[in-house]
Amino acid sequence: MSARRTTARLSPLSSLAAWLFGLLWGLPLLYALWAAFHPAADATHFSLLAPLTLKNFARAWDAAPFARYFVNTVLLVLGIMAAQFVICTLAAFGLARTKFRGADVLFALILVQLMVTPDVLILENYRTLQTLGLIDTLTGVGLPYVASAFGIFLLRQAFKTIPQELDDAARLEGANTLQTIWRVYLPLARPVYVAYGLVSVSYHWNNFLWPLIVTNSVETRPLTVGLQVFASVDQGVDWSVICAAALMTSAPLMIAFLVFQRGFIQSFLRAGIR
Amino acid sequence: MNLNSSAERPSPDALRASPSPRRGEGTRLNPHVQGWLLALPAVALLATFTHVPAVKTIIDSFFATPRGNHAAPFVGLDQYRAMLADPIFARALENNVIYALITVPLAIAIALAMALVVNACVTGRAALRLAFFTPTILPMVAAANIWLFFYTPDYGLINQAIRALGFAGVNFLGDPATALPALMAVTVWKEAGFFMIFFLAALQQVPPDLHEAARLENASRWQVFCRITWPMVMPTTLFVAINALINAFRVVDQVIAMTGGDPNNATTLLLFYIYQVAFSFWDSGYAAALSTVLLVVLASIALAQFFLLDRRIHYR
Repeated sequence: MSARRTTARLSPLSSLAAWLFGLLWGLPLLYALWAAFHPAADATHFSLLAPLTLKNFARAWDAAPFARYFVNTVLLVLGIMAAQFVICTLAAFGLARTKFRGADVLFALILVQLMVTPDVLILENYRTLQTLGLIDTLTGVGLPYVASAFGIFLLRQAFKTIPQELDDAARLEGANTLQTIWRVYLPLARPVYVAYGLVSVSYHWNNFLWPLIVTNSVETRPLTVGLQVFASVDQGVDWSVICAAALMTSAPLMIAFLVFQRGFIQSFLRAGIR
Repeated sequence: MNLNSSAERPSPDALRASPSPRRGEGTRLNPHVQGWLLALPAVALLATFTHVPAVKTIIDSFFATPRGNHAAPFVGLDQYRAMLADPIFARALENNVIYALITVPLAIAIALAMALVVNACVTGRAALRLAFFTPTILPMVAAANIWLFFYTPDYGLINQAIRALGFAGVNFLGDPATALPALMAVTVWKEAGFFMIFFLAALQQVPPDLHEAARLENASRWQVFCRITWPMVMPTTLFVAINALINAFRVVDQVIAMTGGDPNNATTLLLFYIYQVAFSFWDSGYAAALSTVLLVVLASIALAQFFLLDRRIHYR
């Protein structure tokens, strides 16, 4: 134990309490894992001799078009992220570096969306999509989230910390605004883009209400909605299969998290604090 | 183009005084126009999906629901009078307030405890952090289905434990007394780990000399918490509380996935009721009035944040 460490070592009793609490916190997930990897007959009985199986995953995969749902979700989250990067970069640059009239009021108005997310105004936004003919399309699911107040806020903060001299230097080289953003601001704000990208992907991978309302066919449904449709249609309450499906839909994010744990947590922090 | 290729370049000041006719400079827009042009795509989309619908929702709440091709007649405050007489609305609002009052402080307390544990020297720190944070990564719908299984009356883990101890089983989601708390547990389970990382960051910024001083004064662990830790993480606590409060009034996924508002509206929350009125009952006028209430709630939280928090902490 290093001498500089300021926090005390927990007493054995506190450590035990912490482990019990950690175990308690992990129980729902462990129980789901147990059920998903065991035959239905052993799902709720705990015996070390119970045979492991992947059949539940195979049955879930066959019972609903999860492959299609995966494709939809991947297209959706990547599409939203790409569009957010473009739209929010432009707006953030405008707000951070051009002192135009009304910029402060505009920024305040943009921040309203932190609170009033598109799913709070479901009815009006549904009507807007109807007018645009985008009901039951992936574009319709993503469009309301493309101009993200959170992204604009985050990138504006990042851009403000970039020295004006670098901007001036690029301009002297004859770079126009877009070229300056591309060559100076994007590379320097890279960690912020990574953080924002991770937060955006995990948010939209998990988003539920808005896609539930907008989609009504297999071709457009993302995983969350697909899982809900799968679990609520009578499965004869086969919990092993439902747990397998639930874990399957979360698996890519979970695996990514396990692999890049440190980066993930730092990104969430970076995105959450200033 | 290489940034360092230009041999003889004028100083930035000279450039500002007399704009050179180089590429980019010659076509330079007025900064006001350029700023607005850059922001335009975002502004247009934000207006379309946030500001305009918010205003339209408020206006619609003063009209009846249109039937057929007839334009909706203006009804003044009738929708709001109906709301006051609507027991389901009262139930939804009450449920939501209880939901917020219990889940927000509980999630914060647990998150802070988790952060203190993970920040301390404890064997198995990494495993604990993993156990605490993993629920955050799951989609709420997946978590809800996992908890549905966890809560199952016959063979859910909790009921197995209860019965092993010799008590009668409990139908958590079927009993009006336990259904709402059962949903709250899922929310706290999923949110606490997320808030934990904010507290973790705050704890790591506490200056070491404070702990050093406390050690020299022989302060007890509880005194250290009250006098040092708690005041130092206060800005984080407020930041997390505001976010948790906003989330509490937008909860809907777990209601749809786990109970559908049952039993007997015991788990109906505001946004779920709006969803039901708008997309199951197709009563758009009333849904607009309900949405207006939600907007007012969210706006109040925003104002509270504005006046309570030192904005420099988070927005500068």
